[in-house]
Amino acid sequence: MKNQRVKRVGIQKSGSEPGRFKMEELRFGTELLKRGFASMQKGGVIMDVVDASQARIAEEAGAVAVMSLERVPSDIRKMGGVARMADPEKVLEIIDAVSIPVMGKVRIGHFVEAQVLETLGVDMIDESEVLTPADEQYHIDKKLFKIPFVCGARDLGEALRRIHEGAAMIRTKGEAGTGNVVEAVRHMRTIMGEIRMLKGMDNQEMTDYAREIEAPAELVIECSERGRLPVVNFSAGGIATPSDAAMMMQLGADGVFVGSGIFKSSSPERMARAIVEAVNHFNNAEVIARVSKGLGDAMPGLDVHTLRDDEVLQTRGR
Amino acid sequence: MDVKIGVLALQGNVSEHIDAFCLALDRVKIRGTTEVFEVRSPADLARCSALAIPGGESTTISRLIDKNHLYEPLCKFDGGIFATCAGMVLMATEVNDPRIRPLGLIDMVVDRNAFGRQRESFETDIPIKEMEGGPFHAIFIRAPIATSTGTDVNVLARIDQGIVAVEQGKHMAFSFHPELGGDTRLHERFLRMLLI
Repeated sequence: MKNQRVKRVGIQKSGSEPGRFKMEELRFGTELLKRGFASMQKGGVIMDVVDASQARIAEEAGAVAVMSLERVPSDIRKMGGVARMADPEKVLEIIDAVSIPVMGKVRIGHFVEAQVLETLGVDMIDESEVLTPADEQYHIDKKLFKIPFVCGARDLGEALRRIHEGAAMIRTKGEAGTGNVVEAVRHMRTIMGEIRMLKGMDNQEMTDYAREIEAPAELVIECSERGRLPVVNFSAGGIATPSDAAMMMQLGADGVFVGSGIFKSSSPERMARAIVEAVNHFNNAEVIARVSKGLGDAMPGLDVHTLRDDEVLQTRGR
Repeated sequence: MDVKIGVLALQGNVSEHIDAFCLALDRVKIRGTTEVFEVRSPADLARCSALAIPGGESTTISRLIDKNHLYEPLCKFDGGIFATCAGMVLMATEVNDPRIRPLGLIDMVVDRNAFGRQRESFETDIPIKEMEGGPFHAIFIRAPIATSTGTDVNVLARIDQGIVAVEQGKHMAFSFHPELGGDTRLHERFLRMLLI
């Protein structure tokens, strides 16, 4: 299996130096390494960036990682057409610009775009509904890759189907590019509520429920035992202010993705720093009040109820 | 003796450290009360008899240490510190990245992210000096490495690329993630050292 490859490295004699040893087997791309990587992002803010200068601003502000993409979601909405993986040259420019992890978006089901990003050295792939889906039947078989994936979800069934396919991180979808947090809240509340509901069920009821939400029963039972998803769960899609970010954390997110919210605001540097601090102190209203002062305009928002069906991104992939 | 272990909870895999220390405390069987809690402020830190600095993004954690007025209190902290991955970077006297202000608590030079990108992250079994029970299953995720250490530093493990586990005085630091694999021998070693 590709993700379980074993590499032999130069075996050296155990010398007289203390602690020196023979290193024989290194295992790459395991499930533990993928989920472990995702776990290191907890309590952090992952920011969408389209070039090296934005990536530097994000890193300087304290982002735990950047998401490289061609256009931020609000511009994808405006431009229309097919949205694809970013130009590899752009991705490499961003990789060279920062020392924090770099993630990249691929279209749902587009496993070749994922192979390309893996080859470029991207640290995590977002199989994202923000781009135009390439496959309306299947998502990417993520277990075939050495690097971890994050996938969007609106409810527990969708989250567990993605985890079953090999996702190492879930992000609730929200409605990207709107600057409107309402859908992010809906999806986080849905998943958290469904997990809480499992508490009152016995194994037979959970098996039945698993069938109903079209998810593997063993993952449903695992959620019940842990009282949470088996992988890290971030919030995304509409976060535009420090208060939005802190609200998602209080609702149970392990961290947040901010897309258009930073570089479509009037003062991206200050907005980025403020959101990082708000996530760090998500339970402290005094800090959130302080960092929210005088930030200028947040990104212009959209009422999600005015979107036409074909403009809604969250329904892509299920 | 009462043991109060704080886990620096600014960013990173905090809950895994809390779980690992709870497990290790059960196994070491300490007389007196024990407590494991999150540390976010100088007041929290003042309650600790020992501290864990978890993995995460070292640039982010370093920035948040400054923002939360924790730099000076951490430098002066008189309990032991158990540091992993990003935590090891922060414990160094010198780091190859100007964005990080290291605490200088272990006399070593550390290279951040020394193995490359996530696809180069790996798991392997390594022997640890003075440790019983066979090799330790070590999980390296975008891991740092110590390129040199001072004379007071006890090197506990090294691999081809450099030093991956050290102790100095009451402090221990690891390139890898002992909190992820379920093996608490290093946590137990740290607790026993504190009790001496």
